Amino acid sequence: MKKIRLIIGREIKSKLRNKTFLIMTVLAPLLITGFLAFIIQLSQSDNTNQQVMVIDDSKLFKDKLTGNDYISLSYSNLKLEDAVEQFTDKGYSCLLWISPNIIQGGSGATKLYFRKSPGFAFQTFIKDQMEKIIYENKLKSNNIDPNIISNSKQVVKLILEKVDDKGKPEEQSSFGTFGFLTGALMFMFILMYGMMVFRSVMEEKTNRIVEVIISSVKPFQLMLGKILGVAILGLIQFLIMGIITFILTTVLSTIFLKDISGQLKVFKQQQELVKLQGSNANFSQLEKFDDKLEVFDLLEKIEKINFFEVFICFILYFLGGYLFYSSIMAAIGSAVDSESDSQQFITPITLPLMIGYLISMKTILEPDSSLVFWASIIPFTSPIVMMSRITNGVPLWELFFSLTALFASFFVTTWLAAKIYRTGILMYGKKTSWKEIGKWLFYK
Amino acid sequence: MADILQINKVSKNYSRHNALNEVSIHVAEKSIFGLLGPNGAGKTSLIRIINQITGPDSGEVLYKGEKLGPQHIERIGYLPEERGLYKKMSVVDQVLYLAQLKGLTKADAKKRMLYWFEKFEMQDWWKKKIEELSKGMQQKVQFIVTIIHNPELIILDEPFSGFDPINTQLIKDEILELKKNGATVIFSTHNMSSVEELCDSIALINKSHKILDGTVKNIRNTYRSNTFKVSFKGSIIGFTNALWTGAEILIKQTEDDIHTLTIKLLNNYSSNQLLEAVLPNHQIISLNEIIPSMNDIFIMKVNQGNESEVLQDNETK
Repeated sequence: MKKIRLIIGREIKSKLRNKTFLIMTVLAPLLITGFLAFIIQLSQSDNTNQQVMVIDDSKLFKDKLTGNDYISLSYSNLKLEDAVEQFTDKGYSCLLWISPNIIQGGSGATKLYFRKSPGFAFQTFIKDQMEKIIYENKLKSNNIDPNIISNSKQVVKLILEKVDDKGKPEEQSSFGTFGFLTGALMFMFILMYGMMVFRSVMEEKTNRIVEVIISSVKPFQLMLGKILGVAILGLIQFLIMGIITFILTTVLSTIFLKDISGQLKVFKQQQELVKLQGSNANFSQLEKFDDKLEVFDLLEKIEKINFFEVFICFILYFLGGYLFYSSIMAAIGSAVDSESDSQQFITPITLPLMIGYLISMKTILEPDSSLVFWASIIPFTSPIVMMSRITNGVPLWELFFSLTALFASFFVTTWLAAKIYRTGILMYGKKTSWKEIGKWLFYK
Repeated sequence: MADILQINKVSKNYSRHNALNEVSIHVAEKSIFGLLGPNGAGKTSLIRIINQITGPDSGEVLYKGEKLGPQHIERIGYLPEERGLYKKMSVVDQVLYLAQLKGLTKADAKKRMLYWFEKFEMQDWWKKKIEELSKGMQQKVQFIVTIIHNPELIILDEPFSGFDPINTQLIKDEILELKKNGATVIFSTHNMSSVEELCDSIALINKSHKILDGTVKNIRNTYRSNTFKVSFKGSIIGFTNALWTGAEILIKQTEDDIHTLTIKLLNNYSSNQLLEAVLPNHQIISLNEIIPSMNDIFIMKVNQGNESEVLQDNETK
């Protein structure tokens, strides 16, 4: 036991000294949260002030097209050619020109001149308003009351409710995308750490130190120490990454999501109010949030996720899946002499992982199909597929069954891998084949 | 002296290849034992069995009379033929790690490491990574790793390969000192002069069979063929006449007025009789018995083995 501890210690130390590993640990959460923040930021309106000079040759928009807190519009009677030359001198950030025949449509009917690129949100803001004005204008010219149209519009919201066999509602947050994300992460981590074991085994074989070591410890101890060392390393890395991500998301969400979560609260209060008042309710308060419904939906789904359960399952499935695959990887690493020979062995090993990954994509569309169910039980794919199901709510017995199968088969693969490893690490110069590896299983 | 190691009828087979065939070897305690044989003879297989890296298919290995087992691992030090250390690990970390794997406590390992580093004048580069060291330096580190836990039995596979003459001498001296301090050394080598210099006894393995063993002295004596080299001044015809039927001349050489003959004494003709016969008329400069070197014996025995195999093959055809 003392010797296995030494091996584990060395494995961890040697990786911790590796600069790429450390940089990855810190950089990955920064990149992920940074990316998320970037997307959220992108979807929010940019708050830079815009002074827009408008030349409305169609005469349709005056006083109808208006600005907001950040955008101010002022109409001008200048000629376009002069305006293009002068708008920056006059203190405007951009110039909007509307052609007299905008109502007939066609490209080139409006133009936005700018020096500094106006944001996407600004463009949408202007475009949406103009479309709405033209729409109402066209209705009017056909003697249709716009109110009739807007009153006949009805938003349909599909409410999903999962029930158990007695018809009682079951708590669930069907948030497929999140499940897919955890599945993909699982795929990545199992492969990454599995490859780490593979490299470490091959390194010891190719630099020949393995013979010195196995004259002191049993090959099985060396293999186990290595696998456990990388596992502990993985857990340490998760912990660091988790803490960094947690801190970053907390900080970023207080900065970027403060407005929106405040609005969500108001929205929810209004919803309750409407429910109480029934058909007499004043819907105008709710309609204010129409354009935010998608974001609200997302936030609500995230709030419903049981992160604790997801985290525990992630750790358990990572350990199981990693141990299952890494022992195979160790066996393969012991069988090859060089990285270039390894491809023919690595590919078939990663294939089931790939398949699991593909099935986890299917989980989004059909979370309750039997393919998905069985793939989340069978050890080859269960870590990935189960993680993609987990946010949909998985019965406890299924989790238990799948985890038991995973850990039991880990013992089988380790036992087989040890047999291959023992022979493989001392085989040099021969090009190994699957047949050869098969034979090693039966050596005494 | 008692045997530290008794190898009794050990056989080992790999899938299609017979590596050892009923090999029996006894190694006396506190001796230096040479394990000789051409490449692929089965030396490494035998060494791996002694190190318990692999097990024999049949036969047994006794360590001081006990069946070889895990409890003996820490008493054996092993330097494999293919040297290897972790390239990215520093010398200190490496030595401490491997010493602890051999059962030393960290404090003990440190103390002994300091002793050896000082002895080999390595203090200056112990913080370096292995990949930054020259090949000779790496070999020294590897040698220290092999003996740091004061093993009773030290197994060195080709210990001199990769060393320059100065370091080779250093290691030779070290081997002799280890023996003086009570260790037993088994080493395999192709360097026959070092065998004569260091080994008390040897075993020769060829094609998975042991074909010769014993003390170096006995073996060389057994292969004496009563052959002498004599140099003299005077008439070569008179010299050969004086020998009469007592000896057969194998080689004649003449340089200036000195003749050198290699002769094989026949029957019971002794070197003294030879001298008596030629002394009156010839000025003898030197007379040496030609004792076959281990190198000659090695080549002879291995070739014999191969020839007899060819003969057998031909007969069976």
